[in-house]
Amino acid sequence: MVMLHTVNKSPFERRTLDTALRHAVKGAGILLIEDGVYAAFDGTVVAEKVKAAMADHKIYVLGPDVAARGMSEQNVIDGVQVVDYGGFVDLVTEYDKVQSWL
Amino acid sequence: MSEPWEDEPEGPVRKFMYVNRRAPYGTIYALESLEVVLIAAAFEQDVSLVFMDDGVYQIKKGQNTDAIGVKNFSPTYRALEGYDVEKLYVERESLESRGMTTDDLVVPVQLVDKDQLAELMEEQEVILSF
Repeated sequence: MVMLHTVNKSPFERRTLDTALRHAVKGAGILLIEDGVYAAFDGTVVAEKVKAAMADHKIYVLGPDVAARGMSEQNVIDGVQVVDYGGFVDLVTEYDKVQSWL
Repeated sequence: MSEPWEDEPEGPVRKFMYVNRRAPYGTIYALESLEVVLIAAAFEQDVSLVFMDDGVYQIKKGQNTDAIGVKNFSPTYRALEGYDVEKLYVERESLESRGMTTDDLVVPVQLVDKDQLAELMEEQEVILSF
């Protein structure tokens, strides 16, 4: 299987998500963590970009980081999968390797 | 006899603005800003707080940090009123681009657009950016 890319920067402040998406091959996974989770919600100016990326990538978001920021899992974009820390570990084992974009 | 510091004349009241532009937990900026504001509140200055860009996320309702092992400092913003810090401004464009409204915020704020905010900034004597 291909690579899992983790993104921990806000898409409103940094270009990290764009960079990760630009370098992710088809089928690669994208896991949004820390301030990266702000990309996962509907109704924002970055939501369309994330929805478009779902054509080529499975996108995950870390639930504890969502809750910490007071964001609602109900507002997570349809198709983006919320995972807990155990799910994070599972993803790391399921994908070949991990690239942490900082 | 009074203590020496009690005889000192009160200094001038200056207009201080704290500009918050970072999300709350990914970096230390938000917490540091809040601490500086609370310290500065003791000096009875004319204090304004601005939340813009990702700074609007600092005052998002419903923060629960139990699972990440970090202190949730968002309730502290509700205590600012008790320190006479009552001028809280949120930039409308920042809130809207994140799909949020003032109903999502833990404190009552004054919503201002970018032009109003620019004028408010011009009125200040000291601006501290976090």
